[in-house]
Amino acid sequence: MDSVRSDNAPVPQALKILVAGGFGAGKTTLVGAVSEIAPLRTEEVLTTAGVGTDDTTGVATKTTTTVAMDFGRITINPSLVLYLFGTPGQNRFWFLWDELATGALGAVVLADTRRLADSFAAIDYFEQRKTPFVIAVNCFDNEQRYTVEQVREALDVDAHVPVLLTDARDRISVKTVLITLVEHVLTMVRTTVPA
Amino acid sequence: MADSIDPVEEGPAWWDHEAGPVVRPYMVTGGRVRPVTVDFDLITYLVATANLAVDTASPEHQAILALTQEPRAVAEVASRVDLPLGVVRVLLCDLLSEGLIARYDPPPTDHLPNVETLQAVIHGLRAL
Repeated sequence: MDSVRSDNAPVPQALKILVAGGFGAGKTTLVGAVSEIAPLRTEEVLTTAGVGTDDTTGVATKTTTTVAMDFGRITINPSLVLYLFGTPGQNRFWFLWDELATGALGAVVLADTRRLADSFAAIDYFEQRKTPFVIAVNCFDNEQRYTVEQVREALDVDAHVPVLLTDARDRISVKTVLITLVEHVLTMVRTTVPA
Repeated sequence: MADSIDPVEEGPAWWDHEAGPVVRPYMVTGGRVRPVTVDFDLITYLVATANLAVDTASPEHQAILALTQEPRAVAEVASRVDLPLGVVRVLLCDLLSEGLIARYDPPPTDHLPNVETLQAVIHGLRAL
């Protein structure tokens, strides 16, 4: 049974991390691997106006598109909760990313080596916004086709951006990705803020 | 027929195309698409300040009130009431203006968390 909330129940500080990558890169799988709840889905309903979507010429009625974002939650401690949001995979919904990225602690760009170019857009986006990010190369089928250095070179990212191989299904592996990201953010905070 | 579709408040109900370009999920907001006063971040926390005995404008408002008897983030509320985020934001605005709910915003968005917070996150992740 639910307990009755006392009037001064603590409200945790919430932080968010984005998980970006192309369609089918394994974003929701990654979120689910570490989330304490089964990934939840939120949806936004968009009208076609301004979305640059499929041609609707000849369609008399207003059409709408639903964009889904999956997310998970990790309670760090009673006063600190981390949310992981999978970004919508379709490029044309970037304007939703702005809302997601605002105030984000950082981002994981999940790359699929079979379709590395799918992650270019996300990398550009976070570089421009100066959102700290790491690149996690999802190794499907435990098959390691490329080394970290090969991927780094192919993606042409700055030397300070961590690149690591991961298995998005594996909790320990995903934990390592998140820890690497937060350590990366910590390094940035320490180097930009005078001690 | 019915070429004139001037809105008449409290008037007879419209059906089908006469109702105009209403996006169905927004029926519960009466067609309002944007919160009037404030916006809500996905991770803004919400806590009901009223118990469930209070009268609300709709079952959806009531559902949100029930969910937020304990602190919950906007994204989680939207997901659990199974309504689009935009709709939920309008409803939250209603509840806020009626004083039935309190909001707790995440820290300002123009800077990264402090060292202590980041260290706590790393520590917490390691302990998972």
